[in-house]
Parts: sequence; C-alpha cells; structure tokens
Amino acid sequence: MHPDLVTRVKKHPTFVDLVQKRNRLSWQIAILMCVIYFAFVFLVAFDRQILAIKLGATLTLAFPLGLGVILSAIVLTGFYVARANRVYDQMTREIVEDAR
Amino acid sequence: MSRFRAPGALRSALLLPALLLPASAARAAGPDLGQAQQQATNFMAIGMFVVFVLFTLAITWWAARRTRSRRDFYAAGGSITGFQNGLAIAGDFMSAASFLGISALVYSNGYDGLIYSIGFLVGWPIIVTLMAERLRNLGKFTFADVVSYRLGQTPVRTLAACGTLVVVAFYLIAQMVGAGQLIKLLFGLDYDVAVVLVGVLMVLYVSFGGMLATTWVQIVKACLLLGGATLMAFLVLAAFGFNPIALFARAVEVHPKHAAIMLPGSFVANPVDTISLGLALMFGTAGLPHILMRFFTVADAREARKSVFWATSFIGYFYILTFIIGFGAVTLVATNSFYLDGTTLRGGGNMAAVWLAHAVGGDVLLGFISAVAFATILAVVAGLTLSGASAVSHDLYANVFRRGRTDEKSELRVSKITALVLGVVAIGLGIAFEKQNIAFMVGLAFAIAASANFPLLILSMYWRGLTTRGAVIGGSLGLLVAVALTVLSPSIWVAVLGYKTAIFPYSAPALFSMPVAFIGCWLVSVLDRSRQADTEQKAFEAQYVRSQTGIGAEGAAAH
Repeated sequence: MHPDLVTRVKKHPTFVDLVQKRNRLSWQIAILMCVIYFAFVFLVAFDRQILAIKLGATLTLAFPLGLGVILSAIVLTGFYVARANRVYDQMTREIVEDAR
Repeated sequence: MSRFRAPGALRSALLLPALLLPASAARAAGPDLGQAQQQATNFMAIGMFVVFVLFTLAITWWAARRTRSRRDFYAAGGSITGFQNGLAIAGDFMSAASFLGISALVYSNGYDGLIYSIGFLVGWPIIVTLMAERLRNLGKFTFADVVSYRLGQTPVRTLAACGTLVVVAFYLIAQMVGAGQLIKLLFGLDYDVAVVLVGVLMVLYVSFGGMLATTWVQIVKACLLLGGATLMAFLVLAAFGFNPIALFARAVEVHPKHAAIMLPGSFVANPVDTISLGLALMFGTAGLPHILMRFFTVADAREARKSVFWATSFIGYFYILTFIIGFGAVTLVATNSFYLDGTTLRGGGNMAAVWLAHAVGGDVLLGFISAVAFATILAVVAGLTLSGASAVSHDLYANVFRRGRTDEKSELRVSKITALVLGVVAIGLGIAFEKQNIAFMVGLAFAIAASANFPLLILSMYWRGLTTRGAVIGGSLGLLVAVALTVLSPSIWVAVLGYKTAIFPYSAPALFSMPVAFIGCWLVSVLDRSRQADTEQKAFEAQYVRSQTGIGAEGAAAH
C-alpha cells in the first residue's frame, strides 16, 4: 500500500470513527465473554455451593448458568455481527470509496 | 456403579481424554486405556458409511475439475459463502469425541460434560470480535501469511509453519487412533482397516479436491451430524413428554450417583487444572491452523464474520443436543440389560450415544449414527491434512525455501506430494500408536495452539511493537514450554513413560505456557533496537489500515 494512501486513510474522519467504535465494541464483547466464562470456571473450581442451589425438586442453579454461558456466546457473537453488518460495513465502504 | 464408568476407548483415542482427565484420573489410567472391544460386524452401518464415502468421492471428483489455481486449492477460490463456511467450520470442529465423548461423559458423570462443551464454545466470540475480519483482510491462504505480514518472512513463517505442523500432527494421530478404535466398536472391523481407509480417503479428498472438496465434505458431515443428533434428542424428549425436567428427574432416580449428576463433579477436581484447561480451550480454538485457514475461503471480511456467527450457533446447538443425548442414555440405555455387558455398557462407555440411537430408533438409527460418527472423523482429518500440506507448500516451500519465486504448478505439486506424505505418515503413526496411551495428544494440540499460534497472531495484528526477534523467541518459548510441561505432566511422565510421580503436577500447561509466550514476545521486542525492528514497527501503519478496511486485501473486488 502506498504510504500516501495510508496517511490519507488514517486521517479520514470516518476511519477514525470506525476504528474507535469497532475497537471499543470488540474489546467490550471479548472481555465480557472472558468474564462470563471465567466466572463460571471459578465457580466450578472454587465454589460449588452456589452451583448446588436447588431450583425446584431436581434442577440446580448449575443448569441455567451453564446454559446461559452457551447462549451468551451465541448472543454476543450475533450482536457483534449484526452491528458490524449494519454499521461498520457502511463506514468501511465509505472509506474505501474515498480512498480510490 | 461400574456400568456408568466410561472406559477408555475414545477417552484415550480422541479429544476429550486429555482434556478431561485431570492429574489423578490420568495417573489411574492403565496402559490399555485405548483399547476397545471389537463388536459384531454391523452391515447396516457399513452400508450407510459406504454411501457417504461414495458421495464424498463424487464431490471430490466435481471439485477436482474446478480446482486449478493456488487460490482454488488452498481457499476454494474464495467462493464459499458465510453460511456455508459456518457449517464447514462446525464440521471441521465437531469431532467424534465431541459427539461420543461428551455424551459418554454426561452418561457417566452428568453435568461435567457440559463444562467441556462450554470451554469449546467460548473461544468463538473472541474469534469474531478480535480476529476473523483482520485475518481475512491480511491473509491469503494460511495464518502464517498474517503473522509474517510485516515481519521477517523466513524466521516467522518457519515458526508459524512449525506451530501448524505440530498441532496438526498431534491432532491427526489422535484422530487416526480414534478411527481405529471406533471402527472396532461401530462396524466390527479391524483397527488397521480403519487407519488405512481414513488415510487413503483424506489424501484423495485433499490432493484432488483441495479446499473445495474438503469444505463440502465438512458441510455434508455437519448436516448429517446435526440432523442425527437433533433426531435423537427429539426422540429422547418425546419419551418424556417434551418435559426436560422429567428427563432429569428420571436420570437422578436411576443413576448410581443420583443427585450428584446435577452438579460439577470429580472430573474437574483441581482448580489450577480447571483454569488452565479453560484457557487452553478458549484460546486454543483461536489458534487452530485448520480452523483459521477456513477464513480465507470466503469473499471478504463481512462473510468471514458471518461464518463465525453460523459456526457458533451450530456448535452451541450441537453441544446442547449432546447434553440431552447423554441424559437420554442414562434413562433409556443404562436401564436396559440388552445394552449392558454384565455391569458395564457393551463395547465401552463411549457407546452411550450409539446404544441410545438403537433404544430410540432401532437398527436403522443405530446404523445411521454409527456411520455418521465415523464420517465425522473423515471431515476433521481432511481439514487437518489440507492445513498441514499448505504449511509445507505455501509457507515453507514457496515462501521460505524459494523466497516467493515459484510458479503455481510446482507449488501445487509440492502441496499434493505433502498431502500424500502426511497420509502415509498418519497411517504409520496411527498403527504405531494403536496400543499407546495417547490421552495427552489433543490436549497438547490445544495448548500449543493457545501458547504459540494465538499469541503470535494477536500480537502481530494488535501490537505495533512486535518485532521479528520478539515473535520468534516468544513464540518458540510458548511452543517449547507447552510441550515440555506436557511431557513432565502426569499424562505422559506417568501414564506413558511409567514414572511414579510427575515432575509437573498439572495436566494442562496453558496457564503457564501462555504467559511465557506473551512475556517473551513483549520483552524481546522491547529490547530489540535493531534497524530491522524499526522498519517493522513503522510498517505496522500500512498493515493496520489494510486490516481495518480491507483495502488491498486478497481477492477483494478489483477497485
């Protein structure tokens, strides 16, 4: 890539905006996933009393929590993809158009 | 009680074992851990499997006529859609161990099975937010393209290719041995038959059909596996009036551990191992070369991102199904003496899902599920072989050995020869390891992926300070420490080498090897004052712009 083009794109206001927004969301989601997962792992490793809390006659709290981690992985992925498809792709197109 | 223990067949042979067995369990494992009892010949299953093989060979023939260039061979010409790639990633990732092993673990231990499923899934949001788009924007055919984008081609590519080959080797051996044990269980055929069959088929798929054939084999397999598991889970739930609570209640009633199956149990007893394993599962997924390679088969970053969403959904859904299947086996298989051999499950604990298929769907479903379980292995080994072959032909031969001065034809020839060599080696090692305890292998593959490939990728994409020296030293340290700690751990030191106590007490090295890799990369890069380091850090700007926008990306529409 030509150095001039690099400088030009980097100064493009939409590029600055895109990078800032996308980075923030990306790291928020990645960190949130880590927090959810490792909170679960730490419960398994250190405090099973909480997981053993009964919900009704058979179910334990471990079930909704475990299922919740699985669903949160899908939902977080879906949220990012929907957002990126709707917002970031449009911004990227704009930058690419102007870079020509 | 004993009928609920999962004996060794899959445990040693495939994925779960190494990951599942903490120190104590691995220590208790005998030398014959990997052995499965040969069952009566199952013609129904063999027949369905033959249909699958013929169909995949037809796909390969079709794909071969469309595979001409390098880009066709390594990346299916970039023609795969996000949805198709999502299915293919799921097909690449859901192994026979995920299916038979996790349902067997649920069968024997209840809730524990879910802990592993979760670990296999949580890496995906990280992949989509931090990696998928940048990978697609920067890379061409392999993840080494991305790592070496602005760093020294020869050393960095060589290291990334080594990381690829080591991960592929361990994963591949585990799959070969798994195939051998499975064929005894499912088809009632000899171990060697399976190993040779799998070896020959994977070479055919890859060398003739390249990525296009591999992709469609994975898609077909994913559909079969998801369809079969959905049907089984549906039939199980139907038996309980579509009330999962009734299913769980019945399981608690009949399982010898009773209410304990509703909680995490002994399989993850040690906190350090639990956390270390969690790290390896989460970040190892983001460093598996055969998975990363799939991101280059789609048209652009947008499709790459969509494919992760589909893959995550399918894989998550599949793990929920295996959980229901495991509980179904507790209630419908373990209570029926027809499936029990004395007090244990006929053919071993890994047969839980297979016998459940019989319990809910008779001989036809049994045959179908057996064929699908075996077909699952083929799709996984095809992806591994293609990944290993491209590391040799694209990274080592074309870019390191020939310094990029090579023509398409000779590079493709090297790739096909490598696929053939990998096939022969895999058959040889598969047979050599038949009676070995290989419980550590896939765990090691994930640990290396998390400790070498993942740090290299993430740092090269996100940190401008990374230099060639830092990448090479840090990445090598991660790789070596992961291997060394595994050798010194109970799963090799005690279970394979036969020493009394392990020098390194934990089974999962990632908690230690990952920080070593990151700190190594960082420290050496910071201390690197060479002129080359300066140039590399300056080159980050252009890489950054391309990774964010896709301007200049491989195969992007001609602007």
